[in-house]
Parts: sequence; C-alpha cells; structure tokens
Amino acid sequence: MPEPDRDTIARRVEILNDLRAMTRDDAVISNEEQLRVFECDALSIYTQLPLAVVLPSATSELSAVLHYCHEHGIKIVPRGAGTGLSGGALPLADGITVGLGKFNKVLEIDLDNRCAVVQPGVTNLGITQAVEHEGFYYAPDPSSQIACSIGGNVAENSGGVHCLKYGLTTNNVLGVEMVLMDGEIVRFGGKHVDSGGYDLLGVIAGSEGLLGVITEVTVRLLKHPAVQRAMLLGFETIEQAGVCVGRIIGAGIIPSGLEMMDRMTIEATESFVHAGYPLDVEALLIIELDGPAIEVDHLLQSVATIAHTCKAVHEKVSESEEERLVFWSGRKNAFPAVAQISPDYICMDGTIPRGQLPYVLSKMSALSQKYGLRCANVFHAGDGNLHPLILFDANVPGELERAETLGADILRLCVEVGGVLTGEHGVGIEKRDLMETMFTENDLRHQQRLKCAFDPAQLLNPGKVYPTLHRCAELGRMHVHHGKLPFPDIPRF
Amino acid sequence: MTETVLKPQTDAHVLDAVKWALSEKEPLEVRGLGTKNTLGRPTDTACTLDLSMMRGVHYYDPGELVISVAAGMPLEDVEALLKENNQHLAFEPVAYDRIFGGRNGGRGTIGGLVAGNLAGSRRIRAGAVRDHVLGFSAVSGRGEAFKSGGRVIKNVTGFDLSKLMAGSMGTLAVMTEVTLKVLPEPEQVRTILVYGLDGDTAFRAMTAALNSPHEVSSAAHLPATIAARSGLARVGDRAQSVTAVRIEGPEPSVLARTTDVTAILAAFGGTDELHRKNSARFWWEVSEAACFASVEPSPVWRISVAPSKGAPLAEMVVSQTGGEYYSDWGGGLIILSTPDNPARAARAVRTAVAEHGGHATLVRASETVRSTLDVFDHQSSGVMRLSRRIKAGFDPEGILNPGRMYAAF
Repeated sequence: MPEPDRDTIARRVEILNDLRAMTRDDAVISNEEQLRVFECDALSIYTQLPLAVVLPSATSELSAVLHYCHEHGIKIVPRGAGTGLSGGALPLADGITVGLGKFNKVLEIDLDNRCAVVQPGVTNLGITQAVEHEGFYYAPDPSSQIACSIGGNVAENSGGVHCLKYGLTTNNVLGVEMVLMDGEIVRFGGKHVDSGGYDLLGVIAGSEGLLGVITEVTVRLLKHPAVQRAMLLGFETIEQAGVCVGRIIGAGIIPSGLEMMDRMTIEATESFVHAGYPLDVEALLIIELDGPAIEVDHLLQSVATIAHTCKAVHEKVSESEEERLVFWSGRKNAFPAVAQISPDYICMDGTIPRGQLPYVLSKMSALSQKYGLRCANVFHAGDGNLHPLILFDANVPGELERAETLGADILRLCVEVGGVLTGEHGVGIEKRDLMETMFTENDLRHQQRLKCAFDPAQLLNPGKVYPTLHRCAELGRMHVHHGKLPFPDIPRF
Repeated sequence: MTETVLKPQTDAHVLDAVKWALSEKEPLEVRGLGTKNTLGRPTDTACTLDLSMMRGVHYYDPGELVISVAAGMPLEDVEALLKENNQHLAFEPVAYDRIFGGRNGGRGTIGGLVAGNLAGSRRIRAGAVRDHVLGFSAVSGRGEAFKSGGRVIKNVTGFDLSKLMAGSMGTLAVMTEVTLKVLPEPEQVRTILVYGLDGDTAFRAMTAALNSPHEVSSAAHLPATIAARSGLARVGDRAQSVTAVRIEGPEPSVLARTTDVTAILAAFGGTDELHRKNSARFWWEVSEAACFASVEPSPVWRISVAPSKGAPLAEMVVSQTGGEYYSDWGGGLIILSTPDNPARAARAVRTAVAEHGGHATLVRASETVRSTLDVFDHQSSGVMRLSRRIKAGFDPEGILNPGRMYAAF
C-alpha cells in the first residue's frame, strides 16, 4: 500500500473536528472499538484501521466531505456493504473510509419504463423485494445478494449465476449519480438507454471506487420468467462435464444458470445442506432454464438428449419450486460448506475460455499437489468463470503464504490459456500485483489516464487495482520521436 | 479536403502511421470503409488513415461465443461467417447505409460499427454494441499500442476501456482488433402487428407486451405515413399506423408466446402476424430507418429517451418544426426527420430533450449543418469536463478525428 502520509495522521484531531462540523450528528466515527468494524471487507486476511469513518446521509454532505478532503490532500476509501472479496474497501491508515450505509432508500419504481431509482446502500436483493409484488426483479444476483449493496455492485461490476443469460451489473444499469473527488456531483445516463458522447457510465461500472463515490443508481428491471426449472447432471469425469457444457451452448441454448462443482465441493455441500447431490460422481452440473413453460420443457429435453451423448450418469429435474431451490442451496452455500472442512480458505476468481477447462483443472490439480494444499472447485461453467477455493490453516506457519502463491499460480495459468485474472470479484489489492501478467505497461498507463481524468490528485482509493502509482503529470507527458521515417511499406495514395 | 490516404495492413503499420502523424503534427481522419463518413461533425484533416485493409479473423470459436477480428473487417463478412454457425451479433448492427445514401462500402466495418455504437431494434433485450465488446487492441493518439479486456465473456480486470471505445467515433484511439460476444441466432421468429393505434395507445400496447413475461425482443410503432413506405404489403398497404412486437426463440416457445402476446395486443386493435422472412425485412426497415432513405435528405435525429417520454418529446418537436417520426425500443428510441431549417429544428430538439430527458444525435445532415450545429448533444458541464480530460489523456495533440464529436475536441 502507499506509504501513509505522516502529516495527515498528525492532523487527525483537527480533521475529525472539521468533518464533524460539516456533517450531521454521529456521521463521524473515530474511536478504535467502532473503527474495528470497518478494518476489512470480505477479504479478511488484510486488515487496517482507517484514520476515521464518515457515514454521510445526503449527497450534499458527501460532496462537502470530499471537497474538504480534496482541498487538504486526504485520501478516501469508499465502502458499500463491505462484502467485496478483493479488498477494494480495505482502509488506509491515513485515509477516511466513507460508508454509504445510510443511503438506503428506494427512490422510485417506474414500471412503465421498467426501471427503479435507488440509493447505493440498498441491497441487491432489496431491489427485487421492492418490485416482486408486481412480478419484476433485478437480474444480477451475486451470491452475497442478501447483504451486498447496489452501489458496491456497480463499483465491482458484480456478476452472479444468472449473468450468462442476463449480463453483469454493467448491462443492467441505466444511470448513476456520483460525487467526484473534488466534490462535484455528476450524472451519467438516466432512464434512457444510450447517452451519446463517451460512455462514462460504462467505465464507472467495475471502476472499484477509483473514479468517484456513487450516490444514486438507476437499474433496469425485468419481468420475472413464467417458469424456472433446474436440472442436476452428474458425470464420472470432469472432462465429460466440460464437453457437455460446450455441447449445450453449441446447440444454441443459453441457460439462465450453468454451474459446475467438483467432487470435493459436492461432498462438502452435501454434508452441509443435504441438497440431494449424488456422491458417486466427479463433476456435477446445475443447469437452470427459465422462460415460458413450453420453452423450458422443450429445452430440458434437448439438454437431456445432449447429456446422454456426454455419458451423464445422474440426471434429475426439479419438479417444484421448492426442489429447484434445494438444488441451488448446495451451490449457493458452497463457500460456507467448504469453510466446514477447512479452518481457512481463499477464493480465486479467474475466467478462462470454456474449452480450456479440462486442461486448467488438470494443471490446477498438479499445482495443488506441488504446494500440498487442497483445492475445491466451483465454476460458473457457462461463462468460464472459475472459483477455486484453496484450503489452508492460517495457524500453521507458512500456509497462508503458500495458499497465496498457489492462488497467484492459478491466476497466471488462467491468463496463459487466454483468460483473465478476475471475472467478477475485482482486482482490489488481492490481484493488484498480478496485473502485469495480463497487461503491458502501456495498457496499464492508458487505464490510469482514465483515472487521471476523474481524480487527478489520485486521492480516491489509492493502492487498489494498479500495482504502480504514476503521477498524472507523468502519465500526461508526451514523448514524440521526431525524424522517424513514415513507414515506407504502407501503401499511400 | 483529403489529400493523403494511408492504408495500413498490420498493427505495426497503424502504430507507425500514428507516430508519424504525431511527429508531423498532421491530424488524421480515421476511417473504415467510409460508410459513416457523414455521421458526426466534419473533421478538418488533410490525411486519412484508412483501415479497410486491416482484415482477418483472429479467433473464432463458436462454442466460446466469442469472435476477434481485425477492425477493418467488413461487417457483412463477419455476419456471413457467424451465420454459417447459426450465430449472430445479437445487438442487431445498424449501418444506416440507406439513409446515408448507400455508398460503395456496403454496411461498413466492425471497427466503424463499434466506434459508432449503433444498435438496432433488439437493443432493448440484447443490449447495445457496447455491451458486446469484450476487448480490443488499439493505438492511442499518443502513438502507443495498448489493449483492454479479453476474449472471455466475464471479466472485471481493470477499467472497462471497451465501453470507452464504443461510441467514441475514433477520437481516442485507432482500434486494430475488436473482440465481440456472439450469440446463437433465434431458431424461430414472429412479429405481431396491431393496426390503427394512436401514439398514446401504441405506447400502452407496447408496454403491455414488454411488461409481460413473454420476452418480447423488440417493439416499434410506425404512424400511417411511415408505415406506407414499407416494402411489406401487410405493413404498407393498410393506410393505417402499425405497432409491431417481435417474439424470438425456440420454435415451440415462439408459437406459444405469439398466441399469448397476440391475446394481450388484441385488446388494443386488430392484429396480424409476420413470419420469419417478413419479420427480418420489417425489423431491418425499422433498425435502418429505411423509411427516410427516399425522402429528400432532410435532417434525421436519433433520440434515446425514457420509453414513456418518447412520444411526448417527439410531439413537442414536431409541433414546432413539422416533420415526422416513428418510435422503436418500446417508445425509447425516436427516429425523427425534420424539414429544412436545421438550426430551428436543433433548438426544438434540444428544448424537448431538456424537458423530457434523454440524448439526441443528429445522424443525417449536410456538411455545413454538421459543422455548425452540435451533432451529439452537449452533456452537463461536469460530464463535458471529464470527456475533455479523457480526450486529452488519450489524444493530447488532438490528431485523431479532431472535432468529429464536439467542436472543442
């Protein structure tokens, strides 16, 4: 992390007084006991007490706080519900953590335009709950959806099991209001779908709190499908399951969910929630189809036919909504289930081209043996997003470090086969130092130039996402090489 | 007046060309096949960087739902290749070749498609071009090659610069390779037509269909004068307005849903149905604004707006300037043609957009008009300041398509 600014830390009392003067009661938290709550997000192996926490309750108040911090060169770390898995909300010793928890209202439900306007602290599931009586829902469904906030979802461009058919957060957000680091309030998009000009809404999604602090989000709502049914398919080898996924997609079927679990995860989840998973298979697919009843029935038949050609040894279709939810309960509880069989685990998040799955899994198994650590796998098979869970015991000296090294090797492997470091959890601090395995210096500098347009002083969430902090003045400098001959081999007319 | 044309064939050529332009301080007009030359403001350049020889499929695995192609690949070639595998670009690419006068470049290049971010009638279900760009390689106005994104559907590694490229009209970087998400073509399609609805009733009918659970993929409303220009008898010969709703998917599902949605729409007026071939023709006409192809080249506006505000916005403009319009995207896209006196029309459009929200683009107008009026709506001062800084970061010397989006940059 960037070296804390001693001067800022020395001025702490003065800063706290100033912040209290510009905010309503109890917005500023400064005693250590209360600050502990904010010392980490869901990547809990890294902790840090912030200089202070501010919980504003209005956009104007947040704007005043950011303006003040901008004037005084004080760093800001935005925080939603703190469920992020990559350390994006890890505090800074010399920074103010700004929590958006008080921005928790659904402002408008507009079904004629199939959208809702909500404050960033509203939970992902809270949006659906606000509209489900009308038969609508908000599609992206990260597994933390009970707790995670929509502001955090936008910042991380969160996914979920349904994004193969319905897209990520970025495809389901129509507009955003945000406060820039200097306190200016800006809006991108609205209830219309295309905004012209540079697509700033598009770059906000997934910007991990580096560009601004989100204060309002307009999301797209969808009508709930008439029918949802899930199917379990068990296979004797991971390869067969992988081939089956490829054939389903190749047949032109885009399921609303297509998940894979390996044997270790199946056993852990089955003993944890008793979802009725077969225990004699090496790989299990959960396939969900949604839409009109006739379409779901038709596609289930097609999938069953494909499954036979791939030698599935277990097949079960949900016959009721209860049964469908039971099928999912195992998958949705995979992380806590794995926590039952290991003192600690870290969850990786690479994405690979689907066809590389058998190769990547066999390589991962070799790596797992090399490091002497177990590795359980859950996999958004439809879109190639892997979640290897590396099991370790933090009380055994050296195991955490070994687990992290194994994790880094797995992500390098993902990049090697044409994939990426993170599919939905974000870079944060966790994968920051691996960015150079995927991007060249020029790639990273161009990304950082976007940062410089929004936050030239680089006070917003510094130390996250990018391994090297270049000053914006340096990034802006031009090096024009004079005297170079104009490419004689290009045809000119 | 263009004097020099550079035709790079490789990424290295493009890099050399931009570096040369930088050192010579020679601004470049970045161009594919030139089919959208008249979209945006005219650039004041004497040198053209023509990417039409940058061709080739770099990666295509139908099972992965991903294709990577050189930016100069003709859209038609890409569409034909996908078709061989029963796949397509789900956002329904818009070329506007008809309203731009059908130049020789056909439907333009993939790079041009992404740079313009023009999606058709399926946009409300499938997303825009920007939602399907998974990654790209480019040379920025700094004379540096860079890439962003990847070849996988799900990726949050670093800022999503693909979104920034989509719709940037070649003003930030010259794309050399584009990676797009592709999807299976729907197995079957039906279009349900409802005749004789007024604008308000049509909006309610489209909303009833779109708010049903039947996964309607498109909904448009053509007033009688515009419907009359259709090449389809069921649309053009009725002397009535036509409201249309599209249903796509597996065959049994489409047939069942068509029955259900027809029942919903029959409450509003008499209905009819288009099958596969006629559906394709109809939505091509709607997406490409084909009804304005034969009209004297009057200004054409593309206005994205909250669906419920579409008709009120358009009526407000037309009541001041005259002209005609139709709506797509369930009311959320207005394609509007105004009679001459573009300055007056522009004022009326801006006023209506200010009142109802949304964004207007002047997609067709004479060169003189495009050099004096804002082609792309100006946004709030905060958004414009950010946009200017992004342009300065990616193209500090202003050598890529200077003035194409906004006069100032």
